[in-house]
Amino acid sequence: MTQPLLEVQDLHTVFATRDGTVKAVDGVSFELLAGETLGVVGESGCGKSVTALSIMRLQRPGRIVSGRVLLKGQDLTRMSEYEMREVRGREIAMIFQDPMTSLNPVYRVGWQVAEPTRLHHGWDKKRAMQSAINMLGKVGIPAPESRARDYPHQFSGGMRQRVMIAMGLTTTPEVLIADEPTTALDVTIQAQILELLRHVNREFGTATILITHNLGVVAGMCKRVVVMYAGRIVEAGPTKDVFAHPKHPYTWSLLRSIPRLDAEQHEPLKPIEGMPPNLVDLPSGCSFHPRCAFKVERCARDVPALLQVGESQRAACWVTQAGTELQGA
Amino acid sequence: MPELAAKPLKRAWTTAEPLVSVGDLKVWFPVSSGVMQRTTGHVHAVDGVDLEIKAGETVGLVGESGCGKSTLGRAVIRLLEPTGGTVFFKGEEITHIRGEHLRALRRDMAMIFQDPYASLDPRQTVGDIIGEPIDVHRLAKGKQRQERIRELLRVVGMNPRYADRYPHEFSGGQRQRIGIARALAVEPTFIICDEPISALDVSIQAQIINLLEALQAKFKLTYLFIAHDLSVVKHISNRVAVMYLGKIMEVAPGRQLYQRPRHPYTGSLLSAIPIPDPTIELQRERMILQGDVASPVNPPSGCRFRTRCPRAREHCAEEVPPLESYGAEHKAACFYPLD
Repeated sequence: MTQPLLEVQDLHTVFATRDGTVKAVDGVSFELLAGETLGVVGESGCGKSVTALSIMRLQRPGRIVSGRVLLKGQDLTRMSEYEMREVRGREIAMIFQDPMTSLNPVYRVGWQVAEPTRLHHGWDKKRAMQSAINMLGKVGIPAPESRARDYPHQFSGGMRQRVMIAMGLTTTPEVLIADEPTTALDVTIQAQILELLRHVNREFGTATILITHNLGVVAGMCKRVVVMYAGRIVEAGPTKDVFAHPKHPYTWSLLRSIPRLDAEQHEPLKPIEGMPPNLVDLPSGCSFHPRCAFKVERCARDVPALLQVGESQRAACWVTQAGTELQGA
Repeated sequence: MPELAAKPLKRAWTTAEPLVSVGDLKVWFPVSSGVMQRTTGHVHAVDGVDLEIKAGETVGLVGESGCGKSTLGRAVIRLLEPTGGTVFFKGEEITHIRGEHLRALRRDMAMIFQDPYASLDPRQTVGDIIGEPIDVHRLAKGKQRQERIRELLRVVGMNPRYADRYPHEFSGGQRQRIGIARALAVEPTFIICDEPISALDVSIQAQIINLLEALQAKFKLTYLFIAHDLSVVKHISNRVAVMYLGKIMEVAPGRQLYQRPRHPYTGSLLSAIPIPDPTIELQRERMILQGDVASPVNPPSGCRFRTRCPRAREHCAEEVPPLESYGAEHKAACFYPLD
């Protein structure tokens, strides 16, 4: 196997709060291969965004307490802030959920898209602007030359997200982290942006980490997926296998709880009981055990490690690791 | 639940007639500009909508942000006064009623809001939040009121002792249950659910959907379910209406809409919704729309969807396509419908 482009190893990021320490990321490990799109899926508070921010070393006020983030073998957690600035933008770009708040309202769009190449490649104004206009055109902004002179408020939500993507791509980074890039957008605009991300992946070969709560988006975009719950990875594997035969009860129940557009007849949904845990006061053992339909005595006692279950998947579950198939009414 | 006083009803209405009937409904909002703040135009939020809702059914209303679905909902339960057209409820026209008449109507209708964090007063206890409609309509007092509040909490699956707590002590899903209990307090026949689950975590959404379905069966409720998520709407609704820029483009039973959409907008909306199945996603044909929704201040002539429609021809700009029937319960407004 080729060496992964990006490797996250046993990452721990904590936040100090009035109520105690929050282990937002609690021992997360995964790898991103060159050119692939990896899905990171989970609900709010599961640690998916903090994982992404920790990779970029933008986790503050959180603190990375241990673990490594290797980009082509180099540990980002040990870099100086100065070195890190070179990595951000040049090698890893990030786009956020809300394109409204991530663009500067007082600068023209073209200038903002040109900024990374001026900073990282030392290009002059003219060359940087030419490449910015070129990139705006590539991400599907009509009349990019005149649009580059507009301000962010003159763009719609979907167009702003295209601008963000253009800004991220000008320096041709090897890794793109997209944190809920379509959550704030309408479905038809979501479809446009997802299509653009597919196109970017094909044309530039940019490896992408796609963070989302939407299982449908993962199904359509990612070959591999990582499922997070309460700061930990509970399941990982090829998307096809994870969706067809989930090996963690959380994945299994989540997939059964969502209504599907292609459902043939009306069947009552099968919700997951209870609610996501409070990160300050996590349940003992497996964090999912209070809501789990398959739990055994051990689940409340010991934390399961993420281990190989079946052919291609890994799951952190005592029940499936013991060979039990997940099934039920 | 304790018996409540009978509701006032002007004329005899039978469940064979539609519970709600909306005719050519318009809701416009003025746009002003300049120093004098003169009205320079109107946002055509709802612009000529016809819709009927039968007693006991759930009608889903889908569309993208700004299409007017929430405004339509608010006009139907008269939180807004329509600019034009008519709204009938139980056979009685309620388009412009006021005062005592409107107050009486409020005992028959309720609304569940999207944001369970913003729609509950943080300084009121849960008991007072649920008790407010009971007080306003003088439905119960003293011990009977307390008992009613506890009963409502039980009905939505919460511990009756929570009546003394405050909203911040609860999670999003529990707050939405409180909002539902408040809506049920007046024993309404008709409830508008405006994006009731879109602010909730994925694993909580199914709990609330199932609760709404159970309550509908138990209290024979009629729902207008407004949401942007077509998979959820299709699941919960008997019929689904698709809205675009203030107009209804297509109405049909959910499965029929999915299997055989007639309006190109419905088709592209359906193809834009991801299905959580990698095998299906891989094979799906995508119909990706170009551009953004046009401005509701100055909507396109003729069919409003024509500026983004892959099938649009000259005729579409000249005339507004009427809603035409395609079978019993299926209607679409398109000159060049999908097969």
